Amino acid sequence: MTEPTERHSYLDAPYGLKAWLLTRDHKRIAMLYLMSITFFFMMGGLFAAGIRLELLTPKGDIWTADTYNKLFSMHGVIMVFFFLVPSIPATLGNFFMPIMVGAKDLAFPRINLLSWYLYVIGGVIALVVLAMGGIDTGWTFYTPYSSFSSNTNVTLAIVGVFVAGFSSILTGFNFIVTVHRMRAPGMTWFRLPLFVWAQYATSLVMILGTPVVAITLTLVAAERTLHLGIFDPKIGGDPVLFQHLFWFYSHPAVYIMILPGMGVISELVAAMSRKQIFGYSFVAASSLAIAILGFLVWGHHLFVSSQSIYAGMVFSIITMLVAVPSAVKTFNWAATMYKGAVSWESPTFFVVGFMGLFLIGGLTGLYLATMGMDIALHDTYFVVAHFHYIMVGGAIMAFLGGLHFWWPKMTGRMYNEALAKTSAVLVFVGFNFTFFPQFILGYLGMPRRYYAYPDEFQVWNVLSSAGASVLGMGYTLVFCYLVYSLFRGELAPANPWGAKGLEWTIPSPPPTFNFDEDPIVTEPAYDYKPAGTEVTVG
Amino acid sequence: MSSSLPLFPPSASSVATEMDLLYLFITGICAFFTVLVTLMVVYFTIKYKRQRPSDVGADIHGSLVLELTWTIIPFILSMVMFGWGASLFYRMSKPPSDAMEITVVGKQWMWKVQHPEGVREINELHVPLGVNVRLTMGSEDVIHDFAIPAFRTKMDVVPGKFTTLWFKATQIGQFTIFCDQYCGTRHSGMIGMVTVMAPQDYQAWLAGGRSTGTALQNGERLFTELSCITCHKAGSTGRGPTLIGLYGSTVTLNDGRKIEADENYIRESIMNSQAKIVQGYQPIMPLYQTQIGEENLLQLIAYIKALTPAPKTPSASKETPSEK
Repeated sequence: MTEPTERHSYLDAPYGLKAWLLTRDHKRIAMLYLMSITFFFMMGGLFAAGIRLELLTPKGDIWTADTYNKLFSMHGVIMVFFFLVPSIPATLGNFFMPIMVGAKDLAFPRINLLSWYLYVIGGVIALVVLAMGGIDTGWTFYTPYSSFSSNTNVTLAIVGVFVAGFSSILTGFNFIVTVHRMRAPGMTWFRLPLFVWAQYATSLVMILGTPVVAITLTLVAAERTLHLGIFDPKIGGDPVLFQHLFWFYSHPAVYIMILPGMGVISELVAAMSRKQIFGYSFVAASSLAIAILGFLVWGHHLFVSSQSIYAGMVFSIITMLVAVPSAVKTFNWAATMYKGAVSWESPTFFVVGFMGLFLIGGLTGLYLATMGMDIALHDTYFVVAHFHYIMVGGAIMAFLGGLHFWWPKMTGRMYNEALAKTSAVLVFVGFNFTFFPQFILGYLGMPRRYYAYPDEFQVWNVLSSAGASVLGMGYTLVFCYLVYSLFRGELAPANPWGAKGLEWTIPSPPPTFNFDEDPIVTEPAYDYKPAGTEVTVG
Repeated sequence: MSSSLPLFPPSASSVATEMDLLYLFITGICAFFTVLVTLMVVYFTIKYKRQRPSDVGADIHGSLVLELTWTIIPFILSMVMFGWGASLFYRMSKPPSDAMEITVVGKQWMWKVQHPEGVREINELHVPLGVNVRLTMGSEDVIHDFAIPAFRTKMDVVPGKFTTLWFKATQIGQFTIFCDQYCGTRHSGMIGMVTVMAPQDYQAWLAGGRSTGTALQNGERLFTELSCITCHKAGSTGRGPTLIGLYGSTVTLNDGRKIEADENYIRESIMNSQAKIVQGYQPIMPLYQTQIGEENLLQLIAYIKALTPAPKTPSASKETPSEK
């Protein structure tokens, strides 16, 4: 196809819009996803800026109350369904999972492309909803507000989320089949990189959970349009039933967002420390434990919803159990660095930042799982702070870490190291200034989704908004130097970090079919040998 | 308290101190682990900084002892949190039997309060100091949440059922009531004020308020207007079961189930009367779902709850059973 002297990468292979839009190459699809989720991330970020701007002052002064309600609703819908859920799996997962198991592509390349199209269709519907004025139900669509009270375009928004949901179901299905059937000779289950384990666990959650939210939201749409009495008590429904069904998906969905991030961190910790991951099987098993336990904890969102006290106790105790595999992972990552050869290159900065934010995010979950404590904190800014620490502090920090780590492989270019380190620090500091004050606001009693608030909450809100501007600068900086690197970045060597793993054995960027000859795996993952064997850098 | 960077809300109820202690307990544990792991990570990053580009870390694969340590210790600590939290939650969910009862109805976007003596208020709640108060709450439209941070308590107010919340105020003053469950345009305007008064001031305040009849009187009037008495006679002669002594008793249904007749059961039996049929009776009662508003329903039920098999006939009964 190409001359042997040329780099025959997946980027150079047949060019042009049509070749990209009809591609079946998992790497190109990953890049398509990366561009689309970046677009939605910016959009969600703009809404967040609108929220933080309004909350600078106690009075509602910049937007009207309805506009504010739409801002936080669209922020949530876009960030959760169109950015966080697909973020790591559809980009880094799509790109690297097949390579890591030694495959030429995913098991079903056409289905992979279909899932991107479904995502785009769902996204376009979300944009149409936005153009028509947005929705004001919050991303949680609680009934009966969403089913009879809100007069915004709830039904259409549900259609968008429904369609995008199929994209994650197909991705999950594709990943599971790939891990089972496409592993290279010698790539046994316990030689799989931990990123693959995390993707596998995530995929299980995607295919088991997503259909439930799709049906639940369909029922809301049916109640709105056909007046079926499902959730609205005026026509014989039960509004709390919605919360059970919704959280049956949406709590596991949190793990869809954070598990892949944990997988990324496992890769980065090992590679940047040049050391075998500490307690491989414990880290792998904890991914599955989190995925399974995640399905049994939804009721912790309903402690003050009139759910039975005893049901609440069962949900509380199972939620506490999630703390155990999370702690296991965290300690294993820290222990991996012990006696490592820790690089001070930019991915390490993101790893350390992730650890700090994920610790706070995970531990503050304990407050909310403690039933009595939750009475004081439920539906306050404490909850907002907690889940942003996990979903933004944890998941996005890991995503950025992974992006910096694998960027040279994906694009064949190096980015500016100094700017990368600066942005890691900016994001870390900005993030903490934005969200730490919100824990305090929560205990003070400031409710979520308040457009105006009493004066005594202002100081902490001003701090939070100031932090958000630093955070925004951090993200913008990342975007700028990464895009710049595409055109002017130094050419990347095949293995810039001196890391182990099949993806570092092939050229940067990889050829269309990944491996020129089928790899045969003869060693465990992260097999860094201290004595004798040389690590080749470059 | 008066600092410009407040950390705690006012502490004005019997559970506030324990809630703060639990908060500090969890914070202590979380701070310990955050500092521990952060120090480990930062220390290892510096101590084991890569010296030469070809350096590789030590050949360490794991340690079962360590894995068990950091499995078991978090497990035990989280179980302690669970136990304390579940106990506090249980106590906060079970109103004391001597609590005085005030009804609250939430609607977009206001709180309507009625005291047993008939005094009504909107977005205000006056309560006596040191007395157990139980709120029975209903919603006319969507889900709201009645929250008083100074009392460290909150509860969703769900359409189609009653929920309850109780507290004992321990400090005289005014404290904010928030709606904590998103309910539409003016969600953030659904704010009220609870005023805690000395018991004698509360009595004086009640006396000065304009009453539109006590809950019992209004309930009795509704009971007559809706002709409940035609079927629900005293004894077992009526077409419907008697309501005297119903509240708190155990009812046997026609499918053999036995359930306790609490407020939500009585509510369901009025609004959606076909849902549960008492053994030995026919499902002939009409549905009152669209005929009785939330506030009237609360008063009607207050009356039905007061129907006790005392020597007096129900229509003559005037005393409130919830009073001491």
